[in-house]
Amino acid sequence: MLTTERGRIVLGLFAITVLGIAAVYLFGGKDSNLVTQTVVTGLLLGGVYVLVSLGLTLIFGVLGIVNFAQGAMLAMAMYLVYFMVSSAGINPYLAVVLSAPIMFGFGWLVQSTLMNRLITDVGHSRPLLVTLGLSLLISNTLLMIFGGRPLNVPSPYAGSVQILGAIADVPRIIAFVGAVIVAGGLIVILRKSPLGLAIRAVAANGTGASLVGVNVKRIYAMTFGLGAASVGVAGGLLAPFTSLVPSAGDQFTTLAFVIVVLGGLGSVPGALVGGIFIGLLQTVGSLFLPGSGPLLLVFGMFVLVLFLRPQGLFGANK
Amino acid sequence: MSLLVLDGLSKSFGGLVALGNVNLEIADREYLGIIGPNGAGKTTLLSVLAGQLRPTSGKIVFDGQDITGWSADRVASVGLVRTFQLMRPFESMTVLENVAIASHNKIRSIPKARDHAADVIDRVGLGTYKDAMSGTLPTAGLKRLELARALALEPRVLLLDEVLAGLVPTERAPIIDLLREIHQDGVTVLFVEHIMAAVLALSERLLVMHEGQQLALGVPADVIQDVAVVDAYLGEDY
Repeated sequence: MLTTERGRIVLGLFAITVLGIAAVYLFGGKDSNLVTQTVVTGLLLGGVYVLVSLGLTLIFGVLGIVNFAQGAMLAMAMYLVYFMVSSAGINPYLAVVLSAPIMFGFGWLVQSTLMNRLITDVGHSRPLLVTLGLSLLISNTLLMIFGGRPLNVPSPYAGSVQILGAIADVPRIIAFVGAVIVAGGLIVILRKSPLGLAIRAVAANGTGASLVGVNVKRIYAMTFGLGAASVGVAGGLLAPFTSLVPSAGDQFTTLAFVIVVLGGLGSVPGALVGGIFIGLLQTVGSLFLPGSGPLLLVFGMFVLVLFLRPQGLFGANK
Repeated sequence: MSLLVLDGLSKSFGGLVALGNVNLEIADREYLGIIGPNGAGKTTLLSVLAGQLRPTSGKIVFDGQDITGWSADRVASVGLVRTFQLMRPFESMTVLENVAIASHNKIRSIPKARDHAADVIDRVGLGTYKDAMSGTLPTAGLKRLELARALALEPRVLLLDEVLAGLVPTERAPIIDLLREIHQDGVTVLFVEHIMAAVLALSERLLVMHEGQQLALGVPADVIQDVAVVDAYLGEDY
């Protein structure tokens, strides 16, 4: 269902990226192996960003609320995997598969017990505050149970492989593949299933959906559950190369917001494309800018998008 | 046997009485026209019946069952379905998908729901636009889409809110024919409309509302003779 406008945007962004990378190769004055390494690292980092952004964009797009608990839920999923691995000794990637439904249940429960009764026609500010409170609750519960000392989940597939002469960590490659699979899965659910049809209807027009018999609050709960489940997968895939502290998720949240706005609120393909693009921008930028300078590029890009295309790359015109 | 009974139905917004004590019995397969000046409470009445607004007091009984205070989706799935004066399609979805959502209420299987939706779309004459993005439809097409979404729920009662508004006369005629067909197929219709020719052509009974009150109710020909109605609605010089 690639509309022509979308097609042009994807093509345009792809062209800009390729041209940008080519320009860096030709005129950057850097060693070409270093550039290749940077691009590979950037792609893999982008995969991580995609994972974190998917749940956020889904919840944002359908419920219209910014989930402030996104980072905390990510940490929660990481600790969930850590707990399963350290206590039961199971493979971390099996733990990921198990943590997804658990996180789904958690998200569903939060939405149907806490937030649904607060969503009214008046506005969405109250659920927003609930997510903020939830974030504090989760972080501090994790701190209480696991303490503040950094923990780590050992990956059974530690090591690296060569891609075009560049070195790539295997756990990061797995995370990248996982991101594409989760994004693909969400797209299929949204496009092909009755649930997805209902979710998209609620996102487009909640009142209209209720009048064709869609139980909007149930869809809200399912959506928050799906968002939480993708965060669950994200946390599990990130855990093997992240130092586990209760605030581990926070470093991703700001960037995830940027990616979600860049890609278009509620757009899964937008999060996929936006995440990879931001990952590349950040690492390639680090060739030329010191320290946290690359973030300047990211936020500069963000401001530009807000000016030129406030609905995001894949956002619907409203 | 009345299919739909409104018993002392009232709705106030703060001090404003939008609907004051409406008592009405609507027979199965009846075609009831509802007219009245702007602000008479017609749309409020439909919103209360469709479960979008909770009545301040009073009762709604549908097919012997008290449905007062039910949520909109529940009301829709038992067969009391409304359309909007201002069309609100799910713009980023195709015409087929728009209607398939409604079909999924009764049909779980995706291909069957799509077939069902396609049949309904053909029926309202939108067949050629099946795969078009609904946001690109012209006004007349959107009106048909509203009807298709409502029909896909297989309603027993259709609450139509000015389906003819915004259409030129040549576009109205086929929709009026369609409404007549739908009614002949056994659907009860509550027909809020300003186009008097259509109201008189279709309605079996006519309700006139004014400032949230029932002003008159009866056979259309009699009702429009009623002096009070003429004063309130059609103007004193009518």
